[in-house]
This record gives sequence, structure tokens and C-alpha cells, in this order.
Amino acid sequence: MTRQRMTWIVLTVVFVGLLVARGFVGQGLGRVYVERGEVSLAKDGRSDQGEPVWRTVPRDQAEHAWITWSRVTPKAFAEAQAKEPGQDRVVLSWPRTVGLWLAALLTLAIFSFLYADNPAYKLSESIFVGVSAAYWMVVGFWETLVPKLFGAILPGTVKAMVQPSLKVPAFSPWAPGTWDAADPAFWPWMQQWGSMAIALVFGVMMLWRLMPRGGWIAGWPLAFIVGMTAGRRMVTQVESDLMAQAEATMQSVLPVTPGLSAWDLFWGTLPGILVLVGVVCCLCYFLFSVQHRGAVGGAARVGVWYLMITFGAAFGFTVMGRIALLAERVEFLLDDWLWLIDPNHLRS
Amino acid sequence: MSVLGRLERLDRRWIFLAMFLVVSGPILYMGLTGKLFPEKVTATTQSVFDAVEAVPPGERVLFAFDFDPASAGELQPMATQLLRHCAARKLRVVCIALWPLGNNLAEDTITEVIHADFPQMRDGVDYVNLGFQAGQEQLMTLLTTNFRKGFPVDQRGRDTADLEILEGVRSVTDFPLLIDVGAGFPGSKEWVQYVVTGSGGKLRMVAGTTGVSTPQLIPYYPHQLAGILAGMKGAAEYESLVNAKIGGTPPPRYLEAQRRMGPQLFGHLLLVALIVLGNVIHFTRKARAAA
Repeated sequence: MTRQRMTWIVLTVVFVGLLVARGFVGQGLGRVYVERGEVSLAKDGRSDQGEPVWRTVPRDQAEHAWITWSRVTPKAFAEAQAKEPGQDRVVLSWPRTVGLWLAALLTLAIFSFLYADNPAYKLSESIFVGVSAAYWMVVGFWETLVPKLFGAILPGTVKAMVQPSLKVPAFSPWAPGTWDAADPAFWPWMQQWGSMAIALVFGVMMLWRLMPRGGWIAGWPLAFIVGMTAGRRMVTQVESDLMAQAEATMQSVLPVTPGLSAWDLFWGTLPGILVLVGVVCCLCYFLFSVQHRGAVGGAARVGVWYLMITFGAAFGFTVMGRIALLAERVEFLLDDWLWLIDPNHLRS
Repeated sequence: MSVLGRLERLDRRWIFLAMFLVVSGPILYMGLTGKLFPEKVTATTQSVFDAVEAVPPGERVLFAFDFDPASAGELQPMATQLLRHCAARKLRVVCIALWPLGNNLAEDTITEVIHADFPQMRDGVDYVNLGFQAGQEQLMTLLTTNFRKGFPVDQRGRDTADLEILEGVRSVTDFPLLIDVGAGFPGSKEWVQYVVTGSGGKLRMVAGTTGVSTPQLIPYYPHQLAGILAGMKGAAEYESLVNAKIGGTPPPRYLEAQRRMGPQLFGHLLLVALIVLGNVIHFTRKARAAA
């Protein structure tokens, strides 16, 4: 048996032992409780738009009724039990408790990579990648393709079959009898419908890459996307990151408040001067058409210092972000799962 | 083997273990005792607080939830306190999300803050969640010309034309303040580039950002961004400001960011010590080689 395998076995046995011991001490280990609620609705006429209006009614008069389960604290469960032992309004939720344990065990499986690569890490990584990919595919379909594309091209069908909340225009693309050119909303609708039809054609052209022949067809919509994105980004970059930033750099050295003492004036303008010097020196460092000698070389060296300080600050922020994420996970393990701490007083 | 040699060949897993211990120790201690570190507020955080304070009561603010659970550990305390501050100021809050899961986090935040502590606020009148819309920066641009076209219905399927809170809103610049809690693309940077800069100063914006993305946003402060909550430190500072303003003993759930400053302190101390140690080893080795 290798030393590494021995270490894994010892760590696992010690961990499971501690976990079992914790389960028999104090309040035990993480559980999730839920409270049952009921919703009973009946129709109460129709709105101006012709949609049915629903109101809450007693259960025996309801046209539609269902049960809701909302998460409550363990303290709420203890209080409900103390008030009425054996009550079934606040109960343990097995599915949510299993979810909590899965989250904790997957977190530990991911952390285990820090010791060495192992099957538990590989499994949790694969689950994460698979769930993420599936999630984004579903979101892309239901949030973009259905409401934005199919909802614009076939509004009546989409509203009737999959998305009742979709706003349907007065005109139907498939019934020219409903078209009214005198209506001020008609031409904007026509424009949008036409642009979505073009988007659909472009989408089909993009997928042509998967066909055995004619892959070049996908190049046309790709060219459109690249050109449009570059054009849009160029304008905003020039406006917000070049012009506005240059203006802000120049403004920053001007003393804005008249009547300041020399001391206040010095401290008031120092940050602006530092910014201006930093901008000029960093630009000198990136000036490759002139040799970095003399004044330019000196400025470039100052620029390097500015860059190093900037990278250091960025690294510091990154460390802060990563520690924050680690702290959140550790808090989850100690509080929600192991019930070792209770900072939010959810159990006491 | 000498101490220097041992340190040079130190298995990095000891460093991981040390980091785990210095992070979990303060969490355990602060979780058991409830003790917190005092916060000294920086200018960028104070500017966010002042920007929210400057909006008159009854005015609308637009609140964008552009993050997901992966960064909620850092950003959720900010979102909670920003919404709480707005509600305490009697501002009317319109929540939107440009990230799909931002919508769920907006719902959770509304439940945690408004339903729990401000039950008098009415859905559709004093606050509303318009949910997620796809489109990223194209959607941002659309909001500058036709807000309701960008969000035709709210999270509950109600027509936004019928919502009292959106009466008179034609574009995003009809809001005096935009609050964005963002973790990346699309987020605070895109709001500045596509919306705020082009508004000619009509729309003010404050941002709550992750530590990783803060350096990209600092250049926009204070001209294009009125204030920034920079990572967990910004969240803790803002939390202390809002708690001080509202007064009384805050519920423990409103001390989340300040609690997480304990692990930050010791984690940073460990990292500084490791950097110093690494440099000492490097220069000692260099001096020995030269000798």
C-alpha cells in the first residue's frame, strides 16, 4: 500500500469517525425543515386585457389549489414541536436535507484536490461541468430562443403553447388581414419582425458548419457578428475609456475649491498629480518607437514602478476575493452542515 | 538538511492546510463569540453611502443583480445592505438581472430584506423585480431608449406598462441612481461604457464588485462611477455604515460581511508572512551563491 493511499484511508476514517461522533452530540448534524402552506384560487372576472383575474378563496371553493413548502429555521421546528408535539405543519424535508449533504460532500470532494488528484474530485468536477453546460443550454433556449426569436416570429403559437406571459402584438405576421399600416405601432413591429426573421436565417446559416458540405455559409453571419461587435465596442471604448478617462485625468490636477490653505491645496492636488505622472510615465514605458534612454528612460522606469504597484494592488484584491469565497464555503460547512456555529441564531 | 533547505522544499500542501486553518479558526471563534472587528470606512465606500443618501425619498432607483451563486459569498452582503439602505430611505426599488441566476438572488434578497423588515412596501408600487432578460450589452443599450421594451413583463408576468412604480419611465436615465452589484460580464464595466458615460451625467451609478474585478473599475471613480464597494472589505464597511444609520442592535444576518473580515485579516497576514519568507529565502540563497 502506498503512503498516499494510507493517508487517504486514515483521513477518511478519522473524518467519518468525527462526523458520526458529532451526530450524537448536541443538536446533531445539518437538517432542513419546511413549513406547509396552501394556496386556493378562484376566478374573479377578467382584466381590461381579457386575462382572468384570480383571488384567494377558502379551499372548498377553489378552482385551483396547491400546497407550498417554504424553508424555515430549525428553531421554528423546535417551537412548533414544543407547542404541539407531533404536528405536521413544520416538518423535516428529506429532499432538501439530502441536497444540503450533497452540497457539503461535493465541496469537500473539490477541496480534496488540494491534497492530490482523486476519483472524488474527478466525479464532482464532471458533475459541475455537466450541470453548468446543461443549465446554460436550457437558459439559452428558454430565455433567448423562445421569447426573443420564436416569440417574435410566431407570437400566437408561443403564447398559447409555452409562454402565457408573452406580450402579443395586435398584428399577426401570418394573417395579412390584421395588418394596419396607419397604426403607429405597425411599422416598428414590422421592422422587429423582419429583423428577427433575418436573425433566424443567420442562425440557420451558422449551423451550416455542421453539414458535410457548404461550411463556408457559416462565415457570413460570423462576419456580420464580428463586424457589428467591433463597431459597437469601438465607439463605446473611445467614448468611455479614452475620452472620458483623458478628461478625468486632466481634471484631477486642478484645485477645485478656491480659498484653500497651502497645506490643504497640497494634499488635495497630490493624488491628481500622482495620477497624471503615472499616466505619462506608463505611456512612456509602452513607447517602443523611441529608445528608453535619458528622460524617456527615466520616465519609463517610473512607469514600471507604477505598473508593479498596480499589479500588487490587483493581486491583493484577488487574494481578498479568493479568501472571501473560501470563508463562505467554510462557514457553510461549519454552520449549515455541521451545526458547530450558529452566527445567525437559527437554532437557538 | 538546514532550515533554509527544508523551507525551500516545503510541500505546498502545508501552505493549503495553514490557509484553511487561519480562515476557519476566526470563523469558528467569531461564530461562537459573536465578536467583530471595527471598520474604518474608505472614501469609495463612503461615496456609495452618500450617493444613496442623496436620492430623495420616494424616488426610484434601478438595482441590477449581475452575479450568481459562485460570487454570492462576496457580493450578497453588499446586495442585502444596498437594498436595506434603499428601503430604509423609502426609495422605490426596481430590480433587474442581466445574469440568469441574478433573478433568483434578487428574489432571495427581496424576501430577506423587504418581506422580513419592510412589510409595508408594496409589490409593484414600492418595489418590483423585473427578472432576467437576455441580451447583455445590447439590452443595456435598448434600456437607454425604451426601458419597457427591454423588460415587457415583470418576474410575475405582469405587464410593465401597468406597474405603478414604472409610471413615466421611458429610459434608464429616468432613474436618478443605478446600483449594480456585478461579478463580471455583463456587469458594472458595461453599464459604465454603454449607459452611464452616454447619459451626459444625468444618471449616477454606484457599483458593488468582487475583489478580482475592482481594479478594472477604479479608474472610473469618481467621474463615471459615483462610488465603489470594493470586495469583502467594501461590503463590511458599507454594512457598518448602514447598521449605524438604522441604529439599534442589528439582526445577526446583517453582520455577515463584518464577520467575514476575521478570516480576511488572518488570511492576509499568512500571505504577507509567506511573501516575506519567500523573499528572505530567495535573497539568502542569492547572497550565499555570491559568497
